[in-house]
Amino acid sequence: MAMAIRGFVASILFLSLFLNPSLALYEDQVGLMDWHQQYIGKVKHAVFHTQKAGRKRVVVSTEENLIASLDLRTGGIFWRHVLGDGDAVDEIDIALGKFVVTLSSEGTILRAWNLPDGQMVWECFLHGSTPSRSLLSVPANIKVEKDNIILVYGKGWLYAISSIDGEVLWRNDFSTKSVEIQRIYQLRDSDIIYAVGFTGYSQFDTYQISAKSGDIIDHSSIIFPGGFSGETSFVSNGMLVALDSTRSIIVSLNFQGGELSFHQTYISDLVQGFSGTATILPLKSTGMFAIKVNSYIVLIRVRDGNMLEMIERIDAPAAVSDSLSLSEGQEAFAIVQHEDDKTCLTVKVDIDSRSSFLKEIIKTDSQKGTVQKVFINNYVRTDRSNGFRALIVMEDHSLLLLQQGEIVWSREDGLASIVDMTTLELPVEKESVSVAKVEQNLFEWLKGHILKLKGTLMLASPEDIAAIQGMRLKSSEKNKMTRDHNGFRKLLIVLTKAGKVLALHTGDGRVVWSLLLTSLRKSETCQYPTGLRIYPWQVPHHHAMDENPSVLVVGRCGLSYDAPGVLSFVDSYTGKELNYLRLSHSIEQVIPLPYTDSREQRLHLLIDADKHAHLYPRSPDSINIFKHELRNIYWYSVEAEKDIIRGHTLHSNCILEVDDEYCFSTRELWSIVFPSESEKIATTATRKLNEVVHTQAKVIADQDAMYKYISKNMLFVATVSPKATGPIGSATPEEASLVVYLVDTVTGRILHRATHLASQAPVHAVFSENWVIYHYFNLRAHRYQMSVIEIYDESRADNKDVLKLIVGKHNLTSPISSYSRPEVLVTSQSYYFTHSVKTMAVTTTAKGITSKQILVGTIGDQVLALDKRFLDPRRTVNPTQSEKEEGIIPLTDSLPIIPQSYVTHSLQVEGLRGIVTIPAKLESTSQLFAYGVDLFFTRIAPSRTYDSLTEDFSYALLLITIVALVAAIFVTWILSEKKELQEKWR
Amino acid sequence: MEKGKAYVRKWAIDFTENQTASSSSRDIPNPLGFDRASQDQDDSTVTRQKKEAEATWKAQKAWEVAQAPFKNLLMMGFMMWMAGSTVHLFSIGITFSALWQPISALQGVGKVFEPYKDSRVDIVAPKLLFIALNLAGLALGVWKLNTLGLLPTHPSDWVSSLPPAQEVEYSGGGLPL
Repeated sequence: MAMAIRGFVASILFLSLFLNPSLALYEDQVGLMDWHQQYIGKVKHAVFHTQKAGRKRVVVSTEENLIASLDLRTGGIFWRHVLGDGDAVDEIDIALGKFVVTLSSEGTILRAWNLPDGQMVWECFLHGSTPSRSLLSVPANIKVEKDNIILVYGKGWLYAISSIDGEVLWRNDFSTKSVEIQRIYQLRDSDIIYAVGFTGYSQFDTYQISAKSGDIIDHSSIIFPGGFSGETSFVSNGMLVALDSTRSIIVSLNFQGGELSFHQTYISDLVQGFSGTATILPLKSTGMFAIKVNSYIVLIRVRDGNMLEMIERIDAPAAVSDSLSLSEGQEAFAIVQHEDDKTCLTVKVDIDSRSSFLKEIIKTDSQKGTVQKVFINNYVRTDRSNGFRALIVMEDHSLLLLQQGEIVWSREDGLASIVDMTTLELPVEKESVSVAKVEQNLFEWLKGHILKLKGTLMLASPEDIAAIQGMRLKSSEKNKMTRDHNGFRKLLIVLTKAGKVLALHTGDGRVVWSLLLTSLRKSETCQYPTGLRIYPWQVPHHHAMDENPSVLVVGRCGLSYDAPGVLSFVDSYTGKELNYLRLSHSIEQVIPLPYTDSREQRLHLLIDADKHAHLYPRSPDSINIFKHELRNIYWYSVEAEKDIIRGHTLHSNCILEVDDEYCFSTRELWSIVFPSESEKIATTATRKLNEVVHTQAKVIADQDAMYKYISKNMLFVATVSPKATGPIGSATPEEASLVVYLVDTVTGRILHRATHLASQAPVHAVFSENWVIYHYFNLRAHRYQMSVIEIYDESRADNKDVLKLIVGKHNLTSPISSYSRPEVLVTSQSYYFTHSVKTMAVTTTAKGITSKQILVGTIGDQVLALDKRFLDPRRTVNPTQSEKEEGIIPLTDSLPIIPQSYVTHSLQVEGLRGIVTIPAKLESTSQLFAYGVDLFFTRIAPSRTYDSLTEDFSYALLLITIVALVAAIFVTWILSEKKELQEKWR
Repeated sequence: MEKGKAYVRKWAIDFTENQTASSSSRDIPNPLGFDRASQDQDDSTVTRQKKEAEATWKAQKAWEVAQAPFKNLLMMGFMMWMAGSTVHLFSIGITFSALWQPISALQGVGKVFEPYKDSRVDIVAPKLLFIALNLAGLALGVWKLNTLGLLPTHPSDWVSSLPPAQEVEYSGGGLPL
């Protein structure tokens, strides 16, 4: 035992020697090269909390399964919590004025959070089996033994939960009654809870439930022969409107005091020119409801029991808020409409008055699209009249607060749901720079350096230090809109779920331009547009230098694979959509080819659902290039559901009704069919297309060389046994196994196969150069493991004759074909790893000389950089002297996690989904962009910045030292001359 | 002592300077017992002896010079042994001086043996020895360079920057979007 501890301490000491200090940051370096932005996502629900004392805030839940409390003044985040995947928030509310109550996971988890600081107060798991609506109701004044109760309906059960500690006071099973509850409410100051709902599709039921015990006091039902469509709107606590099954009749159901009656009104009687079907908007308002008919929204008021009356017809796109009850028993609601590029907010108080209380026209950015949702809140002005503020959610998922005809703040929350990203260069700096600017720059430069010098010589006052820090943080150098020498300044072009393309500057993360793609907006022809991928399309390099670089956005009009595709081309400097194509074919895969045409547009091959390949750009030039290379282009498809990998070759032009020169039919060459009873595809990994490898040889100890098997056509596939796909613990070690394959995607040859027994999903893998690293769970060891596979080419290993190498008589540079039989040597090793992993990536550098780091997105939403040296199959327990010199670390059973190697230092990238590395022009440096709900960007240097001086290098100090030295030389020279002369005169 | 000398020789005038030595010697009679003629007669035998002595001395000297690098070689060997086999400033300095010394010595072979050049002295042999020893020194330097791993004698030195071979086929694809 003591030995083990000693060994452990020794290994820690040893590893600390290897610690890479360049990774760790000093406190004052935070924010120098990195930036972090926090978002929340598209808002679903919002609850205002604006009591007189304290900070005014709005609590929101979003589609990123997040709840947040925002400052109403600035839009800043007081606190937020990401609830995790599959824990979608159904409802939120505020209880007792101090708790935020959230119901999530389809009505099974109820949580209470402390309003000021977001601490979780209690959590309550509700179990049920029948899927149902989930409802949350916080009655103001039902007390059970001095305890306010919260009513929850979820999974067919009705629960009353104590608001103090989250204990279930009583519950009632409605799933056995096969009733689908639509609403739970309480009549004023009574101890009776009403629950109303439908049984089947034509019976309407009301239940009266005792608030004290949960017993059903009364039950009545009525059958409507026409059937209901399911959508309802509550007009008051005694009346509900629903649509019949044909969606053309409004059925108003009265259930006041247990008496049930219904009344039918034809929509065509209310609305002139009605045809088709209507839908009821899910609004919570009193005395009125809204239906969506054709392309407009109709507001309908209920008068005198059953009389329906149309108040207003609003042209879509528009949004109507829930109604807000004001102090004097009035009701207010807001309507947001669009007039050209202006947004018009109308607030109406008291439905009876036809005039609007407030009408504000606000100019909003046209790139934000139309309004999706509106939430209103009132405040009392100094003259005791009501003022209104409106929180609006736009089409691009951004959030705006409007007050007094102005946008108080806006949040670009579309960035919380990045789908894909790419990078492009900034424009080259123009030669002509005005003299004034240079002078100013020179002065600033000098001033800055003198300040820095003071800092170095410890002469700076606290103000100076603050000034230095401020200068470093917002140095104009890093935020310029031009290319820099080191390649640090770039544009990150991201595509969000809302179909918006934004360009972020790598210097500080600001949005340079944004564009809501017209091709990815909801329209008559395209009901469910989805953005899929973004690719660099045209990158002018040698030719076409006068053209701006552009990106290609690939999307589809629908949710299924065979929906027609959409292509959009966006200029990356101006942010304008150059062109868009609505394709007649679907898009199943996009394959960027390693060829460009004369305008430097990259050739892309789009594979549709019928396995036809379509070439883009459609130009004679590209088809010429493509036809020349046709015989050497292959493609493969991974069918994860069927557990098949198929390889295809391109054949000839398609046979379609319309002749298409750019369409090619494909032929299946090979297929790998995994036995579906024992293997299911868990993950695949390939090398990055743009990865640069410096050399094919790896120099090992004793000056020997090994030749890496470097092929872009390699695919890593991990399969797990069907039982091992579930969560950890659902399979026994005997049932679980993980098999990994290295497949050549041209020939379908399996280069390597390895089995890990008692191991299971989730599997994450990263492929670079000639190695794969993958992460999985070992059920026997009860720990996560990471394995590395390195693959070497044995057929080249006999190139050992120095003379032949000198005169160039070797086959190392001749082109290789996958059809030549490869003799590969595979080495592998496994290690324990503490963390579970969300995503993995690897650093990429400009020339591929710098050593690599594995970037691990941990479960704590941080990014950990792990040296590749730790994942080296050649590690042994006792490395020889020469191996030590080579830098091989003695083998340990687990990988070290050095706290300083967290790239994200103290920050968290909430909801981390992806890590992208972008090489800088400087070989030592790689840039890292991590995205999830938050965005994080930084620079990393896996082998330290060996090719540049550090940012805070004091040039002034260097200059002064040189000057001082030169002066000293002169002085001593003069002195020595004098002395010599004196000596001579003696 | 030095100072005293300087003091004595602060200034001096040689009045005989302008007169030619021969005239003075002619004018002044020879001292008693000194016969210039007898000295001239003796000259041939004495010079022969003298020259022979000089030749042997020169030959001896030449051999000495030729053997000098040997000591150097031993010292170098010792230094190299001290320097170790890892590449650092000291070992590189030692190795390069070990390489440079023989080369510069070989360049100046003619000059080194210039003073001992004589028709009667055979300096080819010492020269050869000198060259051989210096070559040995050079070889030692090269050997050291090799042990430091600075000579491209391994295949790894020739392939370490070889770019990966081009691939004929191109394949793309993956999971459907």
